[in-house]
Amino acid sequence: MTTNETPANVPEPAAGKGAPLLEVRDLHVEFHTRDGVVNAINGVNYSVSAGETLAVLGESGSGKSVTAQAIMGILDMPPGKIPKGEIFFRGDDMLRMSDEERRKIRGSKLAMIFQDALSALNPVLSVGYQLGEMFRVHQGLSRKDAKAKSIELMDRVRIPAAKARVNDYPHQFSGGMRQRIMIAMALALEPDLIIADEPTTALDVTVQAQIMDLLAELQREYNMGLILITHDLGVVADVADKIAVMYAGRIVENAPVHELYKRPAHPYTRGLLDSIPRLDQKGQELYAIKGLPPNLQHIPAGCAFNPRCTMAQDVCRTDVPVLHQVTERDGAELPGRGSACHFWKETIHG
Amino acid sequence: MGRYILRRLLQMIPVFIGTTLIIFLMVYALPGDPVKALFGDKAADPATVLRLKHQFGLDKPLLEQYWTYLTNLVQGDLGTSFSQRPVTDILTDAIPVTIRLSLVAFAIEIVLGIGLGMLAGLKRGKLVDQLVLVVTLVVIAIPVFVLGYVAQSVLGNELHLIDPTVNDSNDLSQLLLPGIVLASVSLAYVSRLTRTSIAENIRADYIRTAIAKGMPKRRVVGIHLMRNSLIPVVTFLGTDLGALMGGAIVTEGIFNVQGIGNTLYRAVLQADGPLVVGLVTFLVVVYLVASLLVDLLYAVLDPRIRYV
Amino acid sequence: MSDTSGITSPSHSSPAGDYAAKEEVARQSGTAPQPSEPKKTQASSLWANAWRDLRRRPVFIVSGIIIVLLIVIAIAPSLFTSTNPKPGDLAHFMQKPKLGHFFEADWFGYDGQGRSIYARVIYGARASMTVGVFATLFVTVAGGLIGILAGYFGGWVDALLSRLTDIFFGIPLLLGSLVMLQAFTGRTAWTVALALGVLGWTQVARVMRGSVITVKQADYVQAARALGAGNGRIIFKHVLPNAIAPVIVVATIALGMYISAEATLSYMGIGIQNGISWGADISTASSQIRNSLHVLLFPAGFLTVTVLAFIMLGDAVRDALDPKLR
Repeated sequence: MTTNETPANVPEPAAGKGAPLLEVRDLHVEFHTRDGVVNAINGVNYSVSAGETLAVLGESGSGKSVTAQAIMGILDMPPGKIPKGEIFFRGDDMLRMSDEERRKIRGSKLAMIFQDALSALNPVLSVGYQLGEMFRVHQGLSRKDAKAKSIELMDRVRIPAAKARVNDYPHQFSGGMRQRIMIAMALALEPDLIIADEPTTALDVTVQAQIMDLLAELQREYNMGLILITHDLGVVADVADKIAVMYAGRIVENAPVHELYKRPAHPYTRGLLDSIPRLDQKGQELYAIKGLPPNLQHIPAGCAFNPRCTMAQDVCRTDVPVLHQVTERDGAELPGRGSACHFWKETIHG
Repeated sequence: MGRYILRRLLQMIPVFIGTTLIIFLMVYALPGDPVKALFGDKAADPATVLRLKHQFGLDKPLLEQYWTYLTNLVQGDLGTSFSQRPVTDILTDAIPVTIRLSLVAFAIEIVLGIGLGMLAGLKRGKLVDQLVLVVTLVVIAIPVFVLGYVAQSVLGNELHLIDPTVNDSNDLSQLLLPGIVLASVSLAYVSRLTRTSIAENIRADYIRTAIAKGMPKRRVVGIHLMRNSLIPVVTFLGTDLGALMGGAIVTEGIFNVQGIGNTLYRAVLQADGPLVVGLVTFLVVVYLVASLLVDLLYAVLDPRIRYV
Repeated sequence: MSDTSGITSPSHSSPAGDYAAKEEVARQSGTAPQPSEPKKTQASSLWANAWRDLRRRPVFIVSGIIIVLLIVIAIAPSLFTSTNPKPGDLAHFMQKPKLGHFFEADWFGYDGQGRSIYARVIYGARASMTVGVFATLFVTVAGGLIGILAGYFGGWVDALLSRLTDIFFGIPLLLGSLVMLQAFTGRTAWTVALALGVLGWTQVARVMRGSVITVKQADYVQAARALGAGNGRIIFKHVLPNAIAPVIVVATIALGMYISAEATLSYMGIGIQNGISWGADISTASSQIRNSLHVLLFPAGFLTVTVLAFIMLGDAVRDALDPKLR
């Protein structure tokens, strides 16, 4: 329904499983601070369909979390500001909705899982209260019914002895269990789309896998869209359908997950992939992208990555690269692939 | 929980003994002869002095006096004042007045203090916030007796809006102005504490979560924000209730309220040792009980606190 | 959380984190590298940062100027007025202020005994400042020592000292000093300072104890211990410099409170005798307030501004030391 309005140079993502649930278009976010304006997001486009998982990959400060917060409508404004852009949810631009309309979508249709469940859960309210609140506010259930539903939810995310623990407080649970509660809370009203912001970063490695499996399983069960925000390339490979790589508030590359790993079309993505430790390279020095991410108050002219890029030419220092449709050597379009690099051909085809 | 309370009560015993002992020593061991002071500037008849000293047990060694005092205290006997009235009688007269004044002040402190603090905290950095900060700071800095006198003379003597002094300590409306003056400093503290607490918590991740859950604003603020922000405020209020009862010396004096503070002040001026010790003992007990209640309340409000 | 972190560092979940980190980086890059030995860096850069921050705060500058001025007035009142504050001339009875007569005897008018209010206000500063400064010195040294011992050694030392603190904490400052000072005749500023100090040290002790317990667990203290440093060396070289900040804040604010307490005691007739004190003058004035507000206004105003200056200074220092509250 909205696909035909997509700007020509933005490639449509991989094989749609129906019309996109969520579509972000040319989103800009800036923060007005004492020391000047910080351009956190500078024109982001992406979309997610039902049942699809989009992984958004990037370093701290790349804007991946800020994009998510803009979608959820939980940006602190001020200092945050959205000067430009559209966020379509089921065809309606959420940025044009009233606060009350947006509030009703939050939690019920669009839910979020936060990184650190210990600080994201209210320390002085029982988990049962915090889960039950969803049903009481959005569905008008009684306290008692809401509690029964909460126990059911806790069972669903496999928290042992849910009935006995429903009145416990967040600090009484282990890290993994707390994250399960966060997932249960997001899942409560069976939303269409869940945004998971680094859902496993705060957890032990062994627990990470369990949580990701649970999330993937529940997503399939409910046919939800999932935006998975992460800096961890390892997490992405198993669960994502497609990937958007962000740098300095822009998407520099997007691709179906396996293609990205096989043939990156942006030097930054390639740098990221090269810096993953691999068993077959044991003993060699680990690759690292030189330099630091840019200061968002003074993003370099041209391509933001140019000071750190091994391939940078004069054009990279003057012209901001658009997101090019990536093609095979023979010119055949690679569906769902785009790269914001002047030299994407050289990058992907060597 | 029961064990915790028991342990706290046991801990209170040495503190109680220590505090009363210090008061006792301050009254009886420091230079100055309380009995001689009874006679004021007149020359005291030595025989009368000796008789009085014997009657009040002041001719015995100090520690023995204290022991007698403690054993009487356990039996509910706070001793007899130099005016020959039992201290408990004097207390029974003064306590209701003090409690009434304290409650008036306490109510003002809660309503205005928390209200202003919320306003400032939610509008952090705005004009209202700056205004609350400046006003509360000035209120804290103005000594209570200055504030009391200015309020009394402007509202009472100049504008005739109220009676400058309290004629009937049982009349709540007459206690309003003394209540405001008594509450003023605590009120300022409560506002500032509430503001800081709200400003800290409003940025907390769980507030963001509540918003992301689609909770309406009044619920985010009223339940998630306030429930957390008021924990330090409530504990402050708890300790302050004890302080209000003992801290009313100045206010009760200015407005002529016949409560414990005023009685105590006169007892100090008249060097009425037994009465001073008795009244202060009572205030110490109030303070100790209040701090125990605050600790219990704290654990109830914040589930992260365990009874240990 | 800072932008210097690599791809594997967890990203901060708040959007504020992004620019807050920026601010932090920007602030720190402006810092000259600390040449001092590493173990001291922690405390000294805290103070260096605080000082840089303080210099930009109008509240700090204003309160600092007021306090310096008050100290000068207290030390050398004759620099500010040549009028003798004690003898009165009833010819001047209750004369209104002549606000144009800067620094002259009749600037603030005269009181009920025909004494120059300006001169009395100037000469009254010494009593307030003496009581405030010496009571604060007493509580900082005594309370600080007790707090360090309790916090650093823990165990029975802590149990004992904490109970002692509890005992004194139970006696309200004003009430206790009232009872105590009543026993003394010929009370001076020193007597009052001593009484306030004896009853007031508990707050500093509690703050210091808490602060020391926090610092004691820091890595650099553990490291010093592992390297075989003695208790004395650890306390003075490592713990104290890092634990003292909150104590200084509390002490600064307490100084204002002691000045207020002294005035209140003088007002109640239990304060300094035979000296000039704002509190006593306010007390005298309050019986005459009906016809002449100025008799009350000037000593009360000076008192309030003085107390305010110390509270504001303490507040500013706390804000500068604790960036979290900004």
